[in-house]
Amino acid sequence: MRVLAYLRSLASRFVHRDQLEDEMAEELRAHLELRADDLARSGMTRAAAERQARVEFGGQSRFKDEARDMVAGRVIEMIARDAGLAVRRLRKSPSFAIAAIVTLAMAIGANAVVFSAVNGLILRPLDLPNEQSLYVVERTADKSSSESYPNYVDLRDRTRSFETLAGFSPDQLWITSGDRQSRVWAYQVTGNYFDALGVQPYLGRLFHAADDQGINSAPYVVLSYPYWRTHFDGNTGVVGRTVRINKQPYTIIGVAPEGFRGTILFLSPDLFVPLVNQPQLDATSLLTRRAQRLFPVVGHLKPGVTPTQAIAELDALGEWLEKTYPGDNEKLRFTLGPPGLNGDALAAPMKAFLGGLMLLAAMILVAACTNLGSLFAARAAERSREVALQLALGASRIRIVRQLLSEAVVIALIGGAVGLWGSVMLLRWLSAWHPFPQFPVNMPVAADARVYLVALALSIASGLLFGAVPLRQVLRTDPYAIIKAGAPAGAPRRLTARDLLLVAQIAVCALLVTSSMVALRGLARSMRADFGFDPRNVTLVETDLAMGGFRAADVPAMQRRMIDALQTIPGAEAVALIGAAPPTLFVSNRSKVFDETTMDLKPASAAANAAMYSVSPDYFHAARTPVVSGRPFTWHDDASAPRVAIVNQVFARRVFGSPTGAVGRFYKMPDGARVQVVGLVGDGKNSLNLADEPQPAMFFPLLQSPYSDTWLVIRSERDLSQLSTAIRAKLHELDPELPSFIETWTTAMQAALFAPRMASLTLGVLGAMGAILSVTGIFGMAAYSLTRRLRELGIRVALGAPHEEILRAALGRPFKVLLFGSAAGLVLGVLASRVLSFIVYQATPRDPIVLAGVVLAMFVVGLTATWIPARRALLVDPLILLRDE
Amino acid sequence: MAEQAQLLPGTLDLLILKAVSLGALHGYGVLLRIEQISRGALTIEQGAVYPGLFRLVRQGLLKATWGTSDNNRRAKFYELTAAGRKRLQEETDGWNRLTAAIGFVLTAQPEGA
Repeated sequence: MRVLAYLRSLASRFVHRDQLEDEMAEELRAHLELRADDLARSGMTRAAAERQARVEFGGQSRFKDEARDMVAGRVIEMIARDAGLAVRRLRKSPSFAIAAIVTLAMAIGANAVVFSAVNGLILRPLDLPNEQSLYVVERTADKSSSESYPNYVDLRDRTRSFETLAGFSPDQLWITSGDRQSRVWAYQVTGNYFDALGVQPYLGRLFHAADDQGINSAPYVVLSYPYWRTHFDGNTGVVGRTVRINKQPYTIIGVAPEGFRGTILFLSPDLFVPLVNQPQLDATSLLTRRAQRLFPVVGHLKPGVTPTQAIAELDALGEWLEKTYPGDNEKLRFTLGPPGLNGDALAAPMKAFLGGLMLLAAMILVAACTNLGSLFAARAAERSREVALQLALGASRIRIVRQLLSEAVVIALIGGAVGLWGSVMLLRWLSAWHPFPQFPVNMPVAADARVYLVALALSIASGLLFGAVPLRQVLRTDPYAIIKAGAPAGAPRRLTARDLLLVAQIAVCALLVTSSMVALRGLARSMRADFGFDPRNVTLVETDLAMGGFRAADVPAMQRRMIDALQTIPGAEAVALIGAAPPTLFVSNRSKVFDETTMDLKPASAAANAAMYSVSPDYFHAARTPVVSGRPFTWHDDASAPRVAIVNQVFARRVFGSPTGAVGRFYKMPDGARVQVVGLVGDGKNSLNLADEPQPAMFFPLLQSPYSDTWLVIRSERDLSQLSTAIRAKLHELDPELPSFIETWTTAMQAALFAPRMASLTLGVLGAMGAILSVTGIFGMAAYSLTRRLRELGIRVALGAPHEEILRAALGRPFKVLLFGSAAGLVLGVLASRVLSFIVYQATPRDPIVLAGVVLAMFVVGLTATWIPARRALLVDPLILLRDE
Repeated sequence: MAEQAQLLPGTLDLLILKAVSLGALHGYGVLLRIEQISRGALTIEQGAVYPGLFRLVRQGLLKATWGTSDNNRRAKFYELTAAGRKRLQEETDGWNRLTAAIGFVLTAQPEGA
């Protein structure tokens, strides 16, 4: 309560400051009049008496200053005055102020960005009711949250621990409304999805469990709020309207509430369709296959049920499922995970990554604070005479401390504001950024009140921290000694804590520089790696015939027609089709394969886990994948012919022991089908982790394993825009409503390189920050040691010491620190290469270019940092200096 | 006129409290009163009394009201609050103890003399 009362009085005083000021002036006037009255009575003229009164009273502005300090509640004004003074002082030394502000802005900015990411991806709630009891069901065996539809139905109907269980499966759809067509991302959801999450409609109604009346029974669609705003202009009359989705009629029944974007933080679906209609939308039904794991399952625990109890119940259900459906289920044990990042499989590495980033950002802040601390110490040393004079003239030490601290806090706040501004810009861009044009992924990391608060707190705390560094020095100042003898110039101690701190900091910075060099080098190299195919001059056209309304039986014929049509484009060297996904660095489909003699086809006895592609005959020619032996496919390898495959050399080595003689041999698929190898192709990188060894891969003829979602692969030297026009025209001739998306293979590769690129970018930025921090750190130290020894240097110059000797005396120490620090950082960088190789292609700091780069970078850092102090040392004029002392 | 004495640091507040305890005074009056009761031994710099007064008001030991002086000048008058009266008592006791102790020390004779 007392605090409240104090604040209130503070506020009222601040508001009534004019009145207070008036009162003070009034009181002063009264005093002078009363004194003048007395003086006049003793015989002076009135004018003389008034002058005398004013003279006796002394400085009126000093009176006002002191009086203001004494009047209660002048805190804010005092702060404002201190701040004003601090700003004036800082403007006198702009290079110091700018160095300090830039250093801190970077550190605060880095922390704000990292904290926003943590805030947006981990701390931020989903904004759903009773979120704390919402979980996603994960399998323990593979940490995946995917479940098949039949398993989901059994779990949902039998669980007693959950209110209910709901599922959602992200899918790409093609929507036609009037004459507008677009590709959208939808969640195919179970009927109870919205009720399970406790979501109420913004408009119309949402799905309910009663809508699930069997396969293809619910041709309804719910729009997301943003999609409704952008594509239906927020028209409330849309409910009841019919749109065509993948060419099938669907009725809009409602709009989901604003801000609802499902349970996965970084996905934002455009619409919601019933999962029971999946067979109609995707041309093939996936709902009846119990082994086909499709989608995550989420649900609220019933009140009073603990996660442990729920897991026990799910495990019992899993055991029952294993016994009842032994072929389709194995190792059905469960855990519960947080839904926002779709379970621990993603959440755990994400948390580790963000935790690592937070650590790095904190290290940068600490480094920045130590730097600023030494900058401030240097400044305080330069000003020691001035401070001594102030002390001798009676200024209180508190006042001087306040002066120094207010400078630090002003720097901190300006630096913090600049850093925050920069990070808000960056975050705004990140939040609006869709890293993969074809996926609805974006990072909801915009800064919110929490971020601003953290940045402010960090700024003030760091300001007080580095501002406190020179305090001891000031408080110990003996004004008489300094004025008599000048700044203490005694020989510096051999090794101080500050030196060690600086060496450690430079080592960290050199480590950051090393890792960013390694990362950038790896990135450059990764674009020239041997992928096993040549993505240059290849255009990919994604077509999903299911989206175009084709039935499964019509798909192969249409695909054949597309290939034939595109082959007539002038300049098209080769045209082929690849199913599921083109080899980028994502492998979307894998399958276990077995030795021909294996009878028990359980996953544990598999010979390999191979990437699986489905290709048209000309694919290897179009992709420039070398066929080592055997034959490519022909159109005769169709559904009626024996099953054949083309495998890569790694596959042959794993399954048959050696690549030679692999052609002609057989292996088995998990469904027991025997497949004969008819060709052998070269290896390539087909793993996201570029540092990995090549992975086994197998290719099937398109007609034997059909896909509706395929990529046309067109190799041509022609310009992309001309080629795209020609491709669109040809496809339009075949089917005017066929959805298609054109991009170059290189672009597709870059999307796949997203993660390593982001990591490289982050490391690059951190490296640059490390370099800048080294500059300010060394600069601060050099400036400090120079100031302390200025008189000694002056004497040396006067005695005729050569330039190099002066430089050695002035800057030897900072240079030694830089040298030790850089060497330590480089060694650490070499040791850290193992960690780096997880994200960076062929990370090795033993690369001569990297080593040379780091040495050069640190040399430039040293040169930049010591340039100004060195010039000052050389320009020392002994005469002026000695006269001054 | 008595010989001028140096004002000890920290004693100004005590003197102001004492001066005001004898009746409400404006700032100039406080100066005159101190000079008068110390028989001219203590003179206080004119500008210094106001920060002291404001400080004591802030601490709740004095309260200030606008009034009119003997010769019809509008001025701010200060008087003791209850807390101020109590503080004056404490400070006076403390001061007496201190001066007594210092007096003893200073008047001590060498032992055995």
